[in-house]
Amino acid sequence: MEALWIILCGSLIAISCGLLGSFLVLRKMAMVGDAISHAVLPGIVLAYLFSGSRGSIPMLIGAAALGVLTTIIIELFYKKAKLQIDASIGITFTWLFAIGIILISLFAGQVDLDQDCVLYGEIAYVPLDLLYWGDLNLGPRTLWVASAMLLLILLIVIRGYKGLFLTTFNQEYASALGISVGFWHYLLMSSVSLTTVISFESVGAILVVAFLIVPPATAYLLSNQLKHMLWLTVLFAVLSSIGGYFLAVLINGSIAGAMATVSGVLFCLVWGYTIIQKKKMMIEY
Amino acid sequence: MKNIALETHNLTVSYNRRPVLWNVDFELPSGQIIGIIGPNGSGKTTLLKAIMGLVKTSSGYVKIFDQDLDDVRDRVSYVPQRESVDWDFPASVMDVVLMGRYRSSNLFKKISQKDKDIAAEALEKVGMLEYSGRQINQLSGGQQQRVFIARSLAQGADLYIMDEPFVGVDAATEEAILNLFSEMKKEGKTVIVVHHDLQTAKAYFDWIVLLNTRMVAAGPKEEIFNEELLQEAYGGKLNVLSKVGELVREKDFPIREK
Repeated sequence: MEALWIILCGSLIAISCGLLGSFLVLRKMAMVGDAISHAVLPGIVLAYLFSGSRGSIPMLIGAAALGVLTTIIIELFYKKAKLQIDASIGITFTWLFAIGIILISLFAGQVDLDQDCVLYGEIAYVPLDLLYWGDLNLGPRTLWVASAMLLLILLIVIRGYKGLFLTTFNQEYASALGISVGFWHYLLMSSVSLTTVISFESVGAILVVAFLIVPPATAYLLSNQLKHMLWLTVLFAVLSSIGGYFLAVLINGSIAGAMATVSGVLFCLVWGYTIIQKKKMMIEY
Repeated sequence: MKNIALETHNLTVSYNRRPVLWNVDFELPSGQIIGIIGPNGSGKTTLLKAIMGLVKTSSGYVKIFDQDLDDVRDRVSYVPQRESVDWDFPASVMDVVLMGRYRSSNLFKKISQKDKDIAAEALEKVGMLEYSGRQINQLSGGQQQRVFIARSLAQGADLYIMDEPFVGVDAATEEAILNLFSEMKKEGKTVIVVHHDLQTAKAYFDWIVLLNTRMVAAGPKEEIFNEELLQEAYGGKLNVLSKVGELVREKDFPIREK
C-alpha cells in the first residue's frame, strides 16, 4: 500500500508540474520553478514569525505570496530594467533566498526552522502523514492536496488552453488581438508558484524543479503539436514516478532522488532515439 | 479626402528619451495598398507597433476608421515580423492560422467548425492548404510568411498592417502575396506594408509613406517618387550611391579592373 501511495502522489505532482512546466519551457523560462522554490524562504520565515506556529497553512500562504512576488520582480527586471530573462531570474531568487537566510540567522533564537526541512521535503514520508475523518483513515494527506492541485491545474490548462497557447507562441499578436498578455503571464506564474510551494513540501525542491522541466523537455523532443507535447509530458511524468520508486527500492536510496534520476535517464533515452531516427531519415533520402 | 482608413496625429515615440518617431502626421485612404518606406532604423516597425498599441507613445494619437483602436479591433489585423516568433514551436500550420480566430470573447470556448473553415479558406488563398497539418518548423521562410498572412486573413479584417512581409521570401511567395494584395484591393480592403526595398516599392504599392524618424512625405506613388523626396528620406546614403551610379553611367567606369 505504501508503494502505491508514494507512486500515486509522485505521479499527481509530476503531472501538475509537467503541464505547467511545458509552458515554462516553451516560454524559455524553465528556471522560474527553481527560482520560486528558493525565493519562498523569506516568506516561510516571515509567516512563522508572524503566526508563531509551524502550521502548514500560514507557511503555505507566506510561501505562495513570495512565489508570486518573485515572478513579479523577475518580470519587472526583465521589462523595465531591460535585463535578459535568465539574469533577471538569477538576481531575483538569490537575493530573496539570501534575505531568507539573514532572517533565519537574525531570529535564530526564536526560529526553530530547519532549512532542509523547509526546502527538502521527502516523499518517503507521504504514507506516514495520514488524514482522518473521525476514526476513518482517508489515506495520506498529500494525496488529497495533490489531487486538488491537479484538478485546479487541469482546469486552468484545459479551459485556458487557447490563451496559454497564443500568448506563449506570439505575445505581440495576442496584444494586437486585444488579449491581455499580462493576465495569462500571471495566471501561469501564480499557478507555478502555488504548485511549487505545495509540491516541495511533500516531495522536495529538487524533485519539483526536475518535474517542472525534465518531462516537458523530453516530450518537446518528440512533439510537433502542443497537445501531443502535453500528453507525452503526462506519460513521462508518470513513468518517472513509477521508475523512480522501484529504482529507489532496488538501491535502497532516496526516492525523490531516484525519481529525478529516472526522468533524466528517460530524457537521454528519448534524445538518443531522436538522433537515431534522424540518421535513418538521412539514409532513406 | 475620401474614406480615411488610418490617421496618425503628431505621433511621437521615444526609447530612452531618444525619439524613434517624431511628429508623424498623416492620413491614409482606405482601399489602397500602401507602402511605408524608409532606411534602416527609420522607425517603420515602431510606427506599426505604435498603431497597434504595442509601444507607448510619448504624444499624439492614432485613429483607425476614425475610431480608437479598442473600438475597431475586429477590423484591424497585424502581421508581425516573421523573425519575432520561435518557428520550432510545437504547432501545426493549422494551429497557427486558427489563432486568427481567437478573440478575448471566445478565448475560453472551443474552436468551432466555422473557425476551421475560415482558417482553411485563408490557407487556400495563400496557396498553403496542403500544408495545414505540417509542423511549422518544416516550412521555408516564404511558407512561414504565407502562414502568418493566412492567420491575419482568418481574422476577416478590413485593414491589414504587415511588417516586412517580403523579407527573405522566395519568388513564388512574393508572387502569391502580390496576387493576394490585388485581390484584397478589389474587395475594398486596405493594406499597409512596411517595406525597405526602394527598387520594388514603386511596383508593389499605390500609395507611399516615406519615413525617416519624421515623416518625409505621404501620397500617391507618382507624387512621391522624385529624387528630391527620396534623397530627403534616405539622406547621405542615397546621395553617395546615386553619385557613384551617375559616375558609372557617365564615364562607363569599369567596376572591375581587367
